[in-house]
Amino acid sequence: MRADQILHPTEAGLYCPPGDFFIDPIRPVPRALITHGHGDHARAGHGAVMATQQTLDIMAIRYGEDFTETRQAADGVTRVGEVEVSFHPAGHILGSAQIAIQPDKGPKIVVSGDYCRAPNPVCASYEPVPCDVFVTEATFGLPVFRHPDPVAEMTRLIASMAEFPGRPHLIGAYALGKAQRVIALARQAGIDGPIAIHGALQRLCDFHVEQGIDLGPLVPATAKQVDAQLIIAPPSAFASAWVQRFQDPVIGFASGWMAVRARARQRGVELPLVISDHVDWPQVTQTIRELAPEEIWITHGTEDGLMRWCEIEGFAARPLRLVGYEEEPE
Amino acid sequence: MKAFAYLLERLAFTAARNAKLRLLRHYLEQTPDPDRGYALAALTGDLKLRAVTPSLLRGLIEERVDGQLFALSYDFVGDLAETIALLWETDEDQDVPLHQAVALLSDTGRSGLPAAIAAMLDRLGPSQRLAFLKLATGNMRVGLSARMARIALAEMGAPEVKDIEEIWHGLTPPYQPLFDWIAGGTQPEHAARAPFRPVMLSTPVDLDQLRALDPADYTAEWKWDGIRVQAINDGGTRRLYSRTGEDIGKAFPDLLDALNFDGALDGELLVRRGPEVAPFGDLQKRLGRKVVGRAMLDSHPAGLRVYDVMIWQGRDLRDLPHEDRRAILETADFGSDRIDLSPLLPFETWDDLAALRADPPSIVIEGVMIKRRDSTYVGGRPRGPWFKWKRDPMVVDAVMLYAQRGHGKRSGFYSDFTFGLWDGPQLVPVGKAYFGFTDEELRELDRFVRNNTTERFGPVRAVAPKLVLEVAFEGLNASPRHKSGVAMRFPRISRIRWDKPVDEADRLETLKDMIP
Repeated sequence: MRADQILHPTEAGLYCPPGDFFIDPIRPVPRALITHGHGDHARAGHGAVMATQQTLDIMAIRYGEDFTETRQAADGVTRVGEVEVSFHPAGHILGSAQIAIQPDKGPKIVVSGDYCRAPNPVCASYEPVPCDVFVTEATFGLPVFRHPDPVAEMTRLIASMAEFPGRPHLIGAYALGKAQRVIALARQAGIDGPIAIHGALQRLCDFHVEQGIDLGPLVPATAKQVDAQLIIAPPSAFASAWVQRFQDPVIGFASGWMAVRARARQRGVELPLVISDHVDWPQVTQTIRELAPEEIWITHGTEDGLMRWCEIEGFAARPLRLVGYEEEPE
Repeated sequence: MKAFAYLLERLAFTAARNAKLRLLRHYLEQTPDPDRGYALAALTGDLKLRAVTPSLLRGLIEERVDGQLFALSYDFVGDLAETIALLWETDEDQDVPLHQAVALLSDTGRSGLPAAIAAMLDRLGPSQRLAFLKLATGNMRVGLSARMARIALAEMGAPEVKDIEEIWHGLTPPYQPLFDWIAGGTQPEHAARAPFRPVMLSTPVDLDQLRALDPADYTAEWKWDGIRVQAINDGGTRRLYSRTGEDIGKAFPDLLDALNFDGALDGELLVRRGPEVAPFGDLQKRLGRKVVGRAMLDSHPAGLRVYDVMIWQGRDLRDLPHEDRRAILETADFGSDRIDLSPLLPFETWDDLAALRADPPSIVIEGVMIKRRDSTYVGGRPRGPWFKWKRDPMVVDAVMLYAQRGHGKRSGFYSDFTFGLWDGPQLVPVGKAYFGFTDEELRELDRFVRNNTTERFGPVRAVAPKLVLEVAFEGLNASPRHKSGVAMRFPRISRIRWDKPVDEADRLETLKDMIP
């Protein structure tokens, strides 16, 4: 069987005919394999879902226990239709996985989903999976993206908190994954006191703690008086009246996009923190070199840059032009 | 240079003035000489280095990065220095002292420059690379004026801002004597010719406050709508300073040529065609230009209307009473027909003056200046001896169209409002205002925006056209850059007209008729 008979893009997402399932479909389907719990990859309303146990738990927290009719936790190699599938850590967020598809006869395909190779205290590290076809994201698919050491970024936050001790520091971070990583990084960088979290983060932070990840003392940032200089909130909260309780805050945002000044300015950010849960340029190119697959398929992001690099390096690559995946999920 | 890079980055993203001052003061307090002096000069535009051209930088990066990947990257980032800083590959991140980078950029010969810049970039981490490249291209763009830098310096020690301004133009980077003085040493002499001297400013006044004063103690003259300047010829050295001490002579070579006297004058810079004074918009066309073309010099000639004198023929007159300084000006020869003396207005009572103010002979007059006859010339804004009694502002009733969230103390509040006027059946945006309202009114406006949002674009919201704002402004220019064709000066919200129906808001024609 040829690679594109095993997996190809459809309007609902990547479809595997021999296994009769979709990967991260953007609309309800009978059978879905989900790489991770971000809203644009994990949607409610499928007939059956297979994912890591943590991803299933996260989907239940976000959508309710009835998010799917039947569910199955990934465990080792599982036969689905005429292929065998297995899940491998992707290093993106808690529970995130790459999905490997091995047909009885034909090339092995790895769909990496969103992945990251920087050390992340809140999830398992990326694990390289040898394959014939590697399906990669290209969110930061330009050589300008070389993300700095995230702990060093936190020292910039600490410097600002010392420089402006009277001003609360509000850091925008996506509710699932990034927020917990920022908290864990703050702990690594030496912030021991209470960190306030916006109400929308409470349940997901609790889940991380239940999974054995130490986030230190957290207090709710819902009261009129918030007794913490560092407050973490989802970016959408900055547009709401919730912000008004803080006197003269320093607004920060933790994202790989903050590496580019124009992007930070568009956000109206005073303290940009370059902290990304996606592969940057050195990581994505290193991964491709390491796996040396026959073919590279690029799902979403700035694929032109990565396509050009593959051309220079002599890798066969093509863009899948999948729609419906955001640059970084809200 | 790590601390300098951090400072540049923070300044670039910080809008609030006080926060900028704090960042700069901390940097200057914590950084050793001579680096802090060079940083100060870089920020105030006083660092004269070899200009590194964009094409030199492009050449460097094209040797190292595939052309297509560079083009894609530049397109995404939008700034050449930033693109190169991000693309440059090195594992080094040495903390190179700023003075080394400055020495490289001032001492390296033209042919050796590309290799020297590349070698420096190889030693630096990403934020230092950007700082270095911004230094090299001389383009800081962090929104910090020389005036603000001097305020930060004054906050560090005993000298006051006006004392620092007085000696500033005699100093050269890295300003060791200045920092010694701030740390408690002796005040540096000003060595340079034609130094800037702190300008005397006025306080606002109204008729009720004037009635408590004896009109016989005061003189009055027109307040012209140009730029307050200090014009100096000190033994042949000619300078033109703005009232904050920025040297603006380059943009006005015609006026510099006309400074054929020996002294330091205080006056209003105006564009003048014969006896006619042109509106502020004409003067604005000449501001900020590095080179002024022949055609512009002919069509927009600059002139000076003299208000006061500080130094005349070697004598410092600042301790004389205003009346005596004025007497010297009355008989002085300014040496050019581009320079004339601002005439005094005849009045016996404040009501006489009110009548004159209500009907000025030129559209370029923005009110009257009132000065105590016995006032000495004191830099800064002392309360009392000089008053400005401005013309009443112009107003229009406009409709709120968009709102944007503010920064700092206004974080989370929609505080910047774009407003429009009727043009046929449509509302056309004509300006933006972000002050004039109380904190209580801000909360009400914020609530209105949230309840009437129709669309969102990042931090901006479109609002349903329901609310009329009375907008006051100081002047109006024709402007081809604005969709409406007009640009207001100092627009602010003078009243919120919750009561007024939107179809009774003003029309664009009404505003255009107010253009001088």
